[in-house]
Amino acid sequence: MSKVLAITGAGAMSEGMRQINPDVVPAFPITPSTQVIEDFSQFVADGKVDTEMITVESEHSAMSACIGAAAAGGRVMTATSSAGMALMWEMLYIASSMRQPVVMTLINRALSAPINIHADHSDSMGARDAGWIQLYAENNQEAYDNLIMAPKIAEKMDVRLPVMVCMDGFIISHCVQTMQLEDDDKVKKFIGGFESTYPVLDTENPSTWGALDLQDYYIEHKRAQHIAMKNAKDAIKKVSEEFADIFGRKYELFESYRIDDAERVIIAINSVCGEIKEVIDERREAGDKVGLLKIRSFRPFPYEEIAAALERVKIVTVLDRSESMGAYGPLFTEIRTALFDAPEKPMVYNRIFGLGGRELFMSDIHDIFEENKTYLETGKVEKMFDYLKVRGG
Amino acid sequence: MNKDIIEIRWHGRGGQGAITAAKIVANAAFVSGYGGVVMAPTFGTERRGAPVLTSLKISKQKIYDLSPITEPDMVVVLDHLIVKEVDVASGLKPGGLIVINSPKHPDDYNFEGMKVATADITSIASESGLPPGVVNTGIIGAFAKASDLIDIDTLARAIENEFKGKHPQRNAEAARITFDNTIVGG
Repeated sequence: MSKVLAITGAGAMSEGMRQINPDVVPAFPITPSTQVIEDFSQFVADGKVDTEMITVESEHSAMSACIGAAAAGGRVMTATSSAGMALMWEMLYIASSMRQPVVMTLINRALSAPINIHADHSDSMGARDAGWIQLYAENNQEAYDNLIMAPKIAEKMDVRLPVMVCMDGFIISHCVQTMQLEDDDKVKKFIGGFESTYPVLDTENPSTWGALDLQDYYIEHKRAQHIAMKNAKDAIKKVSEEFADIFGRKYELFESYRIDDAERVIIAINSVCGEIKEVIDERREAGDKVGLLKIRSFRPFPYEEIAAALERVKIVTVLDRSESMGAYGPLFTEIRTALFDAPEKPMVYNRIFGLGGRELFMSDIHDIFEENKTYLETGKVEKMFDYLKVRGG
Repeated sequence: MNKDIIEIRWHGRGGQGAITAAKIVANAAFVSGYGGVVMAPTFGTERRGAPVLTSLKISKQKIYDLSPITEPDMVVVLDHLIVKEVDVASGLKPGGLIVINSPKHPDDYNFEGMKVATADITSIASESGLPPGVVNTGIIGAFAKASDLIDIDTLARAIENEFKGKHPQRNAEAARITFDNTIVGG
């Protein structure tokens, strides 16, 4: 039975994994993703899933086992955070290059040093070029919904790429919120059975994986991944439509919140978007034309669609919760690229916030809208790049 | 826009179960018809014994703001010695409620313009047959009595659900006995 319940973000992911019932889950625990695997291993122990759980000695081994199990012909899932994913780095590329549709929950957390356990997007943004589809979520409902959609997107024959389902560490993973948990059978029916391609265990039809590939073919294989990632855009749209038909919640590549007649827009990712919506509602009551564009799919990145959505907007503040030292924030770089060919470009500037979990309150978001109001009135972006709420700034 | 949010900040010590207590209340609040429930712990470098806190927001409507509470309506303190270390009344709204696990009477506390409720949960928990130091279920009874927000029976059921296989009845009983023994000051 479908039911509404109060549950943590991590708990929602383990429930989703239970419903999906993957063939294999190799995992190594790391804060703040530990709870996902802890809860799921309980489901395995209680016989609620048929999953073969492999407790490995490191995250590098976890992702290696994911790749091996997927190549053998299984539907495979795992979860990690931060340094855990950093240790998977080499294998992340191999998962995507071998076109294994692994689904991984990534609970976003800062990277060391200094050591920090809290939310920022350094981990996933660092892996943006690893060839994984990246979906982001504002709350536990969206993260759960993304997880349910992920296998269908990953396993499309013209995609066959791994998917990272991201949410903010602690802010979402450890936050109890109410959400709709869908009916087990309905979820299973929606996802359907797993269709393996050239499984290693099919000894009647032997195949080779991870062969040497030099000047002769390597670049063709990379281009094939690029094309698959472009196909993923349609796959995300299509699967999201099917999901909406069955479960009623609608998702696009990004969410446009009150931007139709907005003059000033914030673009952001993940949990901060909830607060931004509250602030927008407050300011809208006072007649202020402000809006939010919330990214759901960062890879593939919807350039044309975002440019179209911002057509009548006059100024855009891009909030990045990660750093690319010596460059602009990763989201800003994409947004400005998206806007370059627009006939009437809005003003656009970048703010870094929330690294290592530094809180952004609703009053801070009001300050952002006050700042971009001044910029719009004066016609000048005073500071193209800056930090929010930082000492010595 | 949601202006109808009740904000409750929980202070405890690492290992004491303040977060579990807030989670139980979150679940009971949801069952009682609060459609919007957010329980967001503030994790630091906590170790056993260090002061910790968590934010619980409840509302009839969906809550979008997940940031930590800065101006609570109520504060719940699982160990009265924390009052000496942490400004538990920080940002508390005028007339706000402070619920403390304490052997003292509410009149022994001086929180200007605030309402104080106390219960000697540490002693009550032992009477309920719980191991020494388990106070996170008793405090729920004190919270129920002092706040009058959520029915004690609903809370007791939420406690039993959370502690399946870990003395569910004794924990629920600790909450009920505490409910009857909570002193609410003026």
